[in-house]
Amino acid sequence: MSYPAWLDLNAVWFVLVGVLFTGYALLDGFDLGVGALHLFTRTDEHRRLMLNAIGPVWDGNEVWLVTGGGALFAAFPVVYATVFSGFYLAFVLLLVALIFRAVAIEFRSKQPMRWWRQMWDVGFAGGSLLSSFLIGVTMGNIAWGVPIDERGEFAGSFLGLLHPYALLLGVTTVALFLMHGAIYVVLKTEGDLQRIARAWINRTIIFFIICYAVTTMATLLYVPHMAERVRTHPWLFSVALVNMLAIANIPREIHHGRDFRAFLSSCVAMIALMTLFGLEMFPNLVLSRPEVANSLTAYNAASSPKTLGIMLTIALIGVPIVLAYTASIYWIFRGKVKLDKMSY
Amino acid sequence: MDVLLLSRIQFAFTVAFHYLYPPLSIGLGVCLVIMEGLWLKTGNPVYHQMARFWTRVFALTFAIGVATGIVMEFEFGTNWATYSRFVGDVFGSALAAEGIFAFFLESGFLAILLFGWDKVGRKLHYFATWMVCLGAHFSAIWIVVANSWMQTPAGYQLETTAYGPRAVITDFWAMVFNPSSMDRLFHVLCGAWQAGAFLVVSVSAYYLLRRRHTAFAQASMKVGLGVALVASLLQLVSGHSSAGVVARHQPAKLAAFEGLYETRTNAPLVLAGWVDEANEEVRFNLEIPGLLSWLVHGDVAAPVKGLREFAPEDRPPVNLTFQLYHLMVGIGFGLIAVAGLGSYACWRGRLFDRRGLLWVLVFAVLGPQVANQAGWFATEIGRQPWIVYGLLRTSDGLSATVTAEMVLTSLILFTVLYALLFAVFVYLLNDKIQHGPDAADLEPRGKLAIPGRS
Ligand code: HDD
Ligand code: HEM
Ligand code: HEM
Repeated sequence: MSYPAWLDLNAVWFVLVGVLFTGYALLDGFDLGVGALHLFTRTDEHRRLMLNAIGPVWDGNEVWLVTGGGALFAAFPVVYATVFSGFYLAFVLLLVALIFRAVAIEFRSKQPMRWWRQMWDVGFAGGSLLSSFLIGVTMGNIAWGVPIDERGEFAGSFLGLLHPYALLLGVTTVALFLMHGAIYVVLKTEGDLQRIARAWINRTIIFFIICYAVTTMATLLYVPHMAERVRTHPWLFSVALVNMLAIANIPREIHHGRDFRAFLSSCVAMIALMTLFGLEMFPNLVLSRPEVANSLTAYNAASSPKTLGIMLTIALIGVPIVLAYTASIYWIFRGKVKLDKMSY
Repeated sequence: MDVLLLSRIQFAFTVAFHYLYPPLSIGLGVCLVIMEGLWLKTGNPVYHQMARFWTRVFALTFAIGVATGIVMEFEFGTNWATYSRFVGDVFGSALAAEGIFAFFLESGFLAILLFGWDKVGRKLHYFATWMVCLGAHFSAIWIVVANSWMQTPAGYQLETTAYGPRAVITDFWAMVFNPSSMDRLFHVLCGAWQAGAFLVVSVSAYYLLRRRHTAFAQASMKVGLGVALVASLLQLVSGHSSAGVVARHQPAKLAAFEGLYETRTNAPLVLAGWVDEANEEVRFNLEIPGLLSWLVHGDVAAPVKGLREFAPEDRPPVNLTFQLYHLMVGIGFGLIAVAGLGSYACWRGRLFDRRGLLWVLVFAVLGPQVANQAGWFATEIGRQPWIVYGLLRTSDGLSATVTAEMVLTSLILFTVLYALLFAVFVYLLNDKIQHGPDAADLEPRGKLAIPGRS
């Protein structure tokens, strides 16, 4: 299959990789958030309900990360190689956190001892928090820019990745996932736990809005290139507006007991955020700082047009199928969780 | 230790650990399809109970397969950045296809398989079982295609870019159907079926020895032995044709498999021995003259290339490759014998009180695992010093920015973590086995209880 010459395959893949990572944020975002909220519940039954709320889906959610990584490798091998080797220790920590979390989910309910469950609960919450934080720090570095030499290699250090702006984005991401997770808990539970979770929503929204405001100010002041495109194309401000309205809509929907709509609002807010991020980055995938000329872009870091074309065909066949059955699976598992024999 | 050695150790360790689980998932997937199919066909509740029990075991191997698989995918970038830039254009697409077609399929339908027993009808549930099984097979397809391309590159051309050399795809299908991919895929799948089937056989034999869950164990045993026998026989056929591909495309590797230094006609097949690499000869060897030439070329008089044709820096480690390869082949024949004996006894109705044989079957579960590992190690060590055969040396594929201290740190972290994972796996597997099949599962519930409706 060949695509018309006017189709900018590099831009298409820039968007598609973004879509995959956005899908990851929407889906794994809530189960990382549920994990991070885990320790805020007191009783064992509540903790089990939270675990089982994400039970059938967390595994599938993580596949978005795997596929996003695979797509990055295939479409922009140079970016994949530079970022993964450059952020070596950070990514190893991310892997450790993700695995530890998975182990904790499987393990915690297998023994009744208090110390046992306590230990895995801490592991589950810690792993979820650390993963969310590291994902945010990575985004922060990508936005801020990292030192890259003329051969496309990362030229900084691990500690250099931990500058204040990156840490701020890490905290903001945690806040975002906490909010998203809290809404999901409300959606999937009833009774006591749901009441507790409703209180979380208010607190996490406030926390997120504070983080978000600080991040926005820091971006305008210190990372002006991440606001450049909105400044030069004022109509793009509508995306930012959608984002703010969606966030403001969450407490309203919760107040009216329309939990599902609140969840959708939170999803819309995340999509708008990622869209802004992508709009400001394009065509850069990794900004080089201070040598801007060494930045890795959707054009200089990409695979050949032929590969991009083949992959587009694969994606056009595969993605609709995936979306169709992902939707059906969420449909089959709609409704409130109940504990039974198969539960964690 | 240097970055190269540490990265190799880390990659070998993490991939070997990962590869304990996917074969079980693939093989169990096949068994699940058969068991649930038997239930739908006969209506015998024992098959329903079997399907549910083995689904729980499947979920466990799957979860650990996923957790360790993510590490593999990251590792190409973290540790082998130069290599990733080199191959990304060619087989990045295979990895992406793996994600889209295989992992989503498997993880999505697994949710129905596991948590959907009471929520969906029979047909939809059986469909989900098929999809999970297919998904597991798909993931093997793409990764084996990618790896085979590294063994026998095809459908590409070389290019230099600002970031170093890279291979660019010229023909997608030639890349997918590179000379070794189909043979190796078939071989890997046979090994996976063996792994899953022998797990079923082993647990069933254990129950029979303990005289627990007898009806369940007998029925499981039959399914397990059936798959094990077929897969073990096919394995021999496919192993033979894989060896033919190696002889044609990676002659240095074949020579290392067989410890052959001198190019010769009437080359012997060495059954066992010890390669003395300093003196370039095989000691204590037990060999069948002419058989290698005949197996490879169908003609005793045809010459087989020896290692002396290759410069010393282009040769793989010989004795290690040789021993691992022979271990795999030896186990292959052993498994055929075990599966054959078991099936025969089972067919004659004598298996269930032959304790000696049952004990052998309990331990046979280790056979496919050891052979799978030995096979991969032989394959990967045998292609050294190349990471992409003939194009890129392993030592040239490393990440430029990663230091030995970093790799040592990650290696230690992964070792601790994997020890924990392994403990989890053994503990939970044992827990499920000791707990046994659930008597409540004899009666299907929910929508599944209604025959003939979907
Ligand atoms: C249950 C596991 C198992 C068993 C019983 C066997 N193998 Fe195997 N073998 C594998 C599992 C495996 C594997 C792990 O799947 C490998 C490693 C890489 C690959 O492609 O397949 C492999 C590779 C492999 C190769 C190298 C392919 C290459 O380097 O490209 C050859 C020549 C054979 N095998 C031949 C045999 C023969 C003649 C066997 C005798 C019955 C045999 N294998 C049994
Ligand atoms: C270096 C090589 C490999 C890499 C990079 C790799 C990558 C991965 C990844 C990322 C996952 C997790 C997917 C998920 O989230 O569901 C995974 C799981 C899986 N892999 Fe691997 N893999 C490798 C080797 C293999 C091999 C050789 C096979 C089979 C022959 C295989 C078969 C599977 C299967 C069946 C799964 C699904 C999980 C399971 O059933 O355990 N993989 N792999
Ligand atoms: C597809 C991409 C793959 C890449 C890039 C790759 C690369 C490598 C590298 C760089 C090493 C270290 C070389 C060395 O140790 O000398 C290695 C070793 C190894 N790989 Fe692969 N491999 C791939 C796929 C696989 C798969 C799918 C498996 C099977 C599960 C596998 C099994 C092994 C084993 C067992 C070793 C150990 C051999 C040794 O340490 O020498 N590899 N591979």
